[in-house]
Amino acid sequence: MISSKISYTGSNKSRPPPPNTVGVIGWMRSNLFGGSVNTCLTLISCYILWLIVPPLLDWTIFNADFTGDVGGECTTEGACWAWLDQRIYQFLYGFYPPNSYWRVNLTIILLFPALAYVLFDNLPFSKQGRWFSLAYPFVATFLLIGGFGLEGITTDKFGGFMLNLVAGISGIVLSLPIGILLALGRRSKLPTIRILCVSFIEFIRGVPLITLLFVAVIILQLFLPPNVTLDQLVRVMIMITLFASAYMAEVIRGGLQAIPNGQYEAGKAMGLGYWQSMRLIILPQALKISIPGIVNTFIGLFKDTTLVIIIGLFDILGQARVLQTNPDWMGKVDHETFLIASVFFFIVCFSISRYSINLEKRLDKDHD
Amino acid sequence: MKNKFLGVIVASATLALAACDGGIFPKAAKDKESVPVSATKTSTLDDVKKRGHLNCGINTGLPGFAYTDDKGNWQGFDVAFCQALAAAVLGDPSKVKYKNLTGKTRFPTLASGEIDVLSRNTTWTLQRDVELGFTFLGVNYYDGQGFIGRKSLGLKSAKELDGASVCIQTGTTTELNLADFFRANNIKYEPVPIETNSEARAGYLAERCDVYTTDASGLAATKSTFKDAEKHMVFPEIISKEPLGPLVRQGDDQWADIGRWVLNALIVGEEMGITKANVATMSSGTKNPEINRLLGTEGSIAKWLGLDPKWAMRAISVNGNYAEIFEKYIGKNTPLGLARGQNALYNKGGILYAPPVR
Repeated sequence: MISSKISYTGSNKSRPPPPNTVGVIGWMRSNLFGGSVNTCLTLISCYILWLIVPPLLDWTIFNADFTGDVGGECTTEGACWAWLDQRIYQFLYGFYPPNSYWRVNLTIILLFPALAYVLFDNLPFSKQGRWFSLAYPFVATFLLIGGFGLEGITTDKFGGFMLNLVAGISGIVLSLPIGILLALGRRSKLPTIRILCVSFIEFIRGVPLITLLFVAVIILQLFLPPNVTLDQLVRVMIMITLFASAYMAEVIRGGLQAIPNGQYEAGKAMGLGYWQSMRLIILPQALKISIPGIVNTFIGLFKDTTLVIIIGLFDILGQARVLQTNPDWMGKVDHETFLIASVFFFIVCFSISRYSINLEKRLDKDHD
Repeated sequence: MKNKFLGVIVASATLALAACDGGIFPKAAKDKESVPVSATKTSTLDDVKKRGHLNCGINTGLPGFAYTDDKGNWQGFDVAFCQALAAAVLGDPSKVKYKNLTGKTRFPTLASGEIDVLSRNTTWTLQRDVELGFTFLGVNYYDGQGFIGRKSLGLKSAKELDGASVCIQTGTTTELNLADFFRANNIKYEPVPIETNSEARAGYLAERCDVYTTDASGLAATKSTFKDAEKHMVFPEIISKEPLGPLVRQGDDQWADIGRWVLNALIVGEEMGITKANVATMSSGTKNPEINRLLGTEGSIAKWLGLDPKWAMRAISVNGNYAEIFEKYIGKNTPLGLARGQNALYNKGGILYAPPVR
């Protein structure tokens, strides 16, 4: 009897796991109905979704109006999307001349390779690519503003989501290096540099951004010589960048403080100078630790670009607001326009956050 | 150097005042000499002509008064004044650079000289005229603060609003007027502060408040967007005077005169029956001497103003006279559907009155 039990009888395949532990059912059992509390929570969540999702879909799609030239033609209970075909270009490009939209498009298309060569290091032609990334800010400025043969376009024509991207991306690109320098300066042993950096950081952090913008827009003009005018958009971009830099400096300082003293001493023991040990040993580790905070600041900065309304420029949120005051659409498109603006913001902010998670995983070299 | 320093002080003071919504701030200790920021030698008229365009401050968006069309061009009752002024001074209504200003940035921007004229539904008050150092060119819209409420409240008058919750835009003169009105009538209210007009509208519809208060023109515009407009009523009381008009910096009388008489030309245009359609033929001479003086075939008013004789003809030919501008942007046949009311001519039951052109 015993021998028959242990004797090898059939194929050498292992039996498949029980059907209720694999596939969709298995996943649901372990994740959604793992216990009484779990099951309760699942059911409650389903109920809430049931309450929210169908009416939302009805409003945004099934009951919505998609055609019409004025708000009065939107008669159903649902959303009114009839404005999209007339106005989407203003939401994207602001008052930029329509025959030059290609310049904005080209700038944005070129942004992807320029960013890619900075963000990813396993790409072909990486040497030329790096040079391209370095040249990109100048190329972009040339394309957007014009000059040298291209029709000149003043920055007060900038608007829509393109304005958010221009202000946001330039702020992000500039605030990181400035923030690093400020953080290093704040930990410097040279009193002049340290005091300068500390006062800058504390001043900027102690004042609301909107106050700084008012100063840049209104007061600054009175200090400049009469014939010198600094472009309004440039003033705002400088202020947003400085504001983000101060926060960035504190985030990075947090990272620097987390590096054990041994690392600094190791650098010295190797005979590395200050900048070398920072570049090769300290900063790579400190920045890696700081990634979540840095990305947080980036996302905050990007959303702060909506404050350009105070210099009378209409970013995507401003375009939404101004459409709401058009008599043809007044009172019909309040929610719709804000929804479109938030979708655009969500796409960009979510992409930034996804990239940062990817970056954290890629840089995770802990041997655990 | 001294001027510039004073300018900084004035700009900071106006900024602070604007931020606190002018008026409640105790008068800052600053001497009278510091007020005319524009104590420069050059005249605004020369600057505008040299520059080739007019810098005109307008709202960041207000139904009927300043909004964009499908092409992204600014339109509206306030914008029309900028266009008329540009046509009169530069000969081309499109030579305007619009600067969109919020309630907080409008006064510092005008004071700093970044705009030549502010045409942004601004109430003419003593403090703005005297202390902030501006010159109002006249009134192009007589407004006043009112209330809108549900008919189901069963009230006839705003004086019966004891204990009501009131939706109100913060940081405006309406907030102060409201407090004054309720205190004067010895009744209580509960303010529901809200940032923008569209939020206030949404809040009122969601019954977060019993009544909503803002300028009567705004109430009419808001009511016109309600699906069940017949269930709401605008209360008869108008609790404040809000004379809205364009303004310039104090200290350049020639420029203020030009602005004032462009506005008057539009009003006189209505009085005399000069319209967009007939202004061209009338400007070659009519039997009415006042029309002839205005349109430049008689007299020398253009010379006194420092403009060429066809200035008023061009101003009226952009969007027509006052009545045509009113009907085009905010009148009966627009979604705002405002009646002329107080804004009718003095001889037609209103209080709109332009001094004679002679």
